[in-house]
Amino acid sequence: MKEFLTDQLKTQEYFLNMGPQHPATHGVLRLLLKLDGEIVRNVDMDLGYIHRSIEKMCERATYKQIIHLTDRLDYLSAHMNNEAVCLLAEKALNIEVNDRIKIIRTIMDELTRISSHVLWWGVTGMDIGAITTFMYGFRERELINDIFEETCGTRLTMNYNVIGGLRYDIHENFVKRTKDILTHLKKKLPEYDKLLTNNIIFQKRLINIGVISVEDAIAYGLNGPTARGSGVSCDIRKTHPYSAYDMVDFEEAIFTEGDSFARYKVRIKEMWESISIIEQLIDKIPNDEHKVKTKAVIKLPVGDFLQRVEASRGDFGVYVKSNGQKFPERLKFRSPGFANLTALNKMAYGLKIADLVAILSTIDVVVPDIDR
Amino acid sequence: MSYFSDIINGTKTLLTGMRVTGGYFFVNFFTKRDVITQQYPNNIETLEMFDRFKGEVIMLHNENNEHRCDACTLCEKACPNGSIEILGDKAKDPETGKNKRFLVKHIYHLQMCTMCGLCIEACPVNAIDWGQDFHHVEYDRSLLTKVLNKPGSKIMSGIKG
Ligand code: SF4
Ligand code: SF4
Repeated sequence: MKEFLTDQLKTQEYFLNMGPQHPATHGVLRLLLKLDGEIVRNVDMDLGYIHRSIEKMCERATYKQIIHLTDRLDYLSAHMNNEAVCLLAEKALNIEVNDRIKIIRTIMDELTRISSHVLWWGVTGMDIGAITTFMYGFRERELINDIFEETCGTRLTMNYNVIGGLRYDIHENFVKRTKDILTHLKKKLPEYDKLLTNNIIFQKRLINIGVISVEDAIAYGLNGPTARGSGVSCDIRKTHPYSAYDMVDFEEAIFTEGDSFARYKVRIKEMWESISIIEQLIDKIPNDEHKVKTKAVIKLPVGDFLQRVEASRGDFGVYVKSNGQKFPERLKFRSPGFANLTALNKMAYGLKIADLVAILSTIDVVVPDIDR
Repeated sequence: MSYFSDIINGTKTLLTGMRVTGGYFFVNFFTKRDVITQQYPNNIETLEMFDRFKGEVIMLHNENNEHRCDACTLCEKACPNGSIEILGDKAKDPETGKNKRFLVKHIYHLQMCTMCGLCIEACPVNAIDWGQDFHHVEYDRSLLTKVLNKPGSKIMSGIKG
């Protein structure tokens, strides 16, 4: 019977569009899949659905105005993106910021990282079929967003860093709220493990799925938690410390398996590391100015400048070519998501569609970051 | 053998997870302590936002319907996306006899504003500030274009134009 079927019935590969409006692509990303039954043979990525030409807009924006545009790249690491532009301008103009600014920036960075990772955790659970995790992830995220709202005025696009410091000083409740959220998280993160990490169904969906070796990870230019899941040490906070990261003691989360579950574990571990970083800094905020005086119109000197920061998804870089005017001559963002997405084809080859969804969510794509 | 241990392990991890969710279910069912979902704020009238909340840009007026804006257009120039238009005019100042700029309309396009705050920072006389209203739902986007200076308002004395 089987022979009859394989002889008589023709099979052929076919194409399927996943997206641009697909809940699992986390935005308007279109994947063109070449399928053999349910087996993925090729993944083509079609970008451009949310292209806003932010880099070009930046060429017509003053350096102060550029900062708020970077919020709109990876909106889940808005704070780090802002910081990259500010650090770049400060480096170019030789502005030395005080420890208070550095420490507050670092705490804000880590809070952003936690809020991004809890959201990712919830969404990953949901992609794989556990809707409860989405609600639990948002519960923690809302509390962190409250901190942002109280100090920065907004929940998502904070726009809190300015060149030479911070827009406002921290709110008087900031320290207390941050400590509260740390105790809250330390109670809730073990729950995440009970609910999802140790769940056998969840593990079977991730272990040995989407494996990418160290060599391939480096060759594709992967970065952030995605690369650290393959054993690449690439944390900018360690390799090129900025702000207050040289004052704290933390461990880079690295797992060597290279599969989806390793990437998952990296992010869970990063949350614990972020908690420890904030704990080390929260009592050490010195009394000082929250802003260094700068000129009203900021003009960078002639030359090329580059600044890298570790955003929630990896290495975020800003490159500015300045001709001494108040607008940059050319500005380039190096976004972590774009490099990570390129490896999708390699990871998903030969797996099922459902595995592709799992891989996509452990890469943690944010489409506005990929498509600028 | 691994077949059975898989089943036992699987059930065990499932039950561990369900203990977490079940705990919340029962505790919240009886105590209503940790309820985390809510409707879109139906307490809009009484809801108090954080004092730095950026809802929209407003112009500050005192009780005599006077504002501080002297139509210097610095906010218009600072705005990255052209959300502000200043319509000013010149008139003779009765005191000094010189020509002085005054504000006719401070037009604010809320639909284009990105809440970046550069206009508020740029204003030399603190004439504009953040408003706390967040409920900006309208059926027509043109309704979001607002005139910030109130009708009949004039500039406070003592602000030099
Ligand atoms: S907040 Fe920013 S975008 Fe909005 S009006 Fe002011 S400068 Fe323009
Ligand atoms: S609001 Fe302030 S910056 Fe804008 S025109 Fe009036 S005085 Fe000038």
